[in-house]
Amino acid sequence: MKIADKNTSAVSLVEKSLKRIEETKEYNIFTFIDNARALEKAKKIDEKIKRGEPVGRLAGVPFALKSNFLSKDRPANASAKILTDFPSPLNSTCAELLENEDAICVGCVNLDAFAHGSSTENSFFGPTLNSKDKSRVAGGSSGGSAVAVALDCVEFATGTDTGGSIRQPASFNGVYGIKPTYGATSRYGVVAMASSLDVIGFFAKTPSDLDLLMEICAKRDEKDLTSLPDFYAESPETFPKKKIGIIKDFMESEKLDPEIKSALEEKVASLKKKGFEIIELEMPTLKYALAAYYIIQPAEVASNLSRYDGIRYAFRSKNSKDLDSLFKNTRGEGFMPENKRRIMIGNFVLSSGFYDAYFLKAAKARTLIIREFNAAFEKVDCILSPTSPNPAFKLGEKVSDPVSMYLEDVMSVPVNLAGLPALAFPLGKSKSGLDLGAQLIGPRRSDKQLINLVKELN
Amino acid sequence: MDITEKELEHLASLSNLSLSETEKTGLKKDLKNIISYISQLDELDVENVPPTYQVFEMENVWRDDEIKPMETSREDLLALTVESFDNQIKVPKVL
Repeated sequence: MKIADKNTSAVSLVEKSLKRIEETKEYNIFTFIDNARALEKAKKIDEKIKRGEPVGRLAGVPFALKSNFLSKDRPANASAKILTDFPSPLNSTCAELLENEDAICVGCVNLDAFAHGSSTENSFFGPTLNSKDKSRVAGGSSGGSAVAVALDCVEFATGTDTGGSIRQPASFNGVYGIKPTYGATSRYGVVAMASSLDVIGFFAKTPSDLDLLMEICAKRDEKDLTSLPDFYAESPETFPKKKIGIIKDFMESEKLDPEIKSALEEKVASLKKKGFEIIELEMPTLKYALAAYYIIQPAEVASNLSRYDGIRYAFRSKNSKDLDSLFKNTRGEGFMPENKRRIMIGNFVLSSGFYDAYFLKAAKARTLIIREFNAAFEKVDCILSPTSPNPAFKLGEKVSDPVSMYLEDVMSVPVNLAGLPALAFPLGKSKSGLDLGAQLIGPRRSDKQLINLVKELN
Repeated sequence: MDITEKELEHLASLSNLSLSETEKTGLKKDLKNIISYISQLDELDVENVPPTYQVFEMENVWRDDEIKPMETSREDLLALTVESFDNQIKVPKVL
């Protein structure tokens, strides 16, 4: 990415970004554009450069925040009605680390409300359109982030990935997206979805850009007690074995789009030429990962969303006569249909009489899935897999059938259940011009090796 | 598994959600489909398998209960609420 220096002014970078945002308005990418502040910050950076003072590693680089990141005085609406009037009172650690390196936030981008969805159609602000075909979805939940990068509105964008929300939209729009190891990046100041699965990560146009963003943001944060001790900077550069696994069930799945399959097969052939050994993995428990995920995730969603009560912040229903109806009406009017489904399912699997049959069973299935990955990483360095079974689908195709939308996540959720890092990268285009994508999945803390391996694949 | 009217009401009450009649009809169908999908876990043998609730590999550590200054001011926080009075958040009548 282009960094501001003596020859390129930060103002010119920001102006170019703002112009592009204006030109791509019909894609419905941004929920908030921060023109004045972005230009003001750019001017200050240019003055510093002129005076020969040191500037940050991301000097003048325009970026977008997914709208579930808090950053002071910008709206953090999570594309949800219930948060439409919520100017952030504080900075998320991630936004702060990026802005401290002189990156310039030009605005906040669209998502499925509360990150509940795989298409960005569940947004209060309407869907974001796919960067290659406006009749198709952007993917989700970080659809705005992916399209903002794909259409050159920004150099990079932040995202969150609970079950594939960075990787699937990255693959739907031909950009790179990293879902870091669980705990590698601080989640402080990011709207919580399902806390044992949520990770924040990035979208960019090259793996080297992702490397720089990880160097800046993958840090232990005292404000997020689940953040891991620093490891990224000291990570080994490459994997030791030169062995890559492919998951037999995924590659042979009837649901796998034939063009993604053949693009993957080509990739496998080129890896072999480069001296990598390809090992076919039997991972029979992975087919239960989606069921386990759609128990664990809604359970945690139901718990995390209980804080939206209309009392302390954000939207409050005007149609209430007492406290109880205020809670119920605020939530009834403020949540989107998919938010309500997940809250209801979450409370179902946690409720008395069903806890053992659903939630506890899913938590046990999670152990088996983790064991299966651990066994795989005894044999291989990392795993090459489709990101999702298909390229971007048509707007409206799945939104009224929750189970068919959930099936979008079938190849991405196992990673979250095991807390592993994964990197989505472009695999070329389909005949009709849609982006195809794949992901590389590694053991915990192998984020840097994954990035370096993807560099080598290109 | 069919969701009865009573069960749906119970879940809505646990969830603190007011739902319209149309929403209830839709949710009954959706919940039935989702529960039928997640029930495939029954095929999996999880006997003697311990559950996993967290993947951050850390153990609990105790720390001193120190008072540290808050970065966000009381005024900023109160400004986020719909109604406040005399440094307190105003809500409808409770009793």
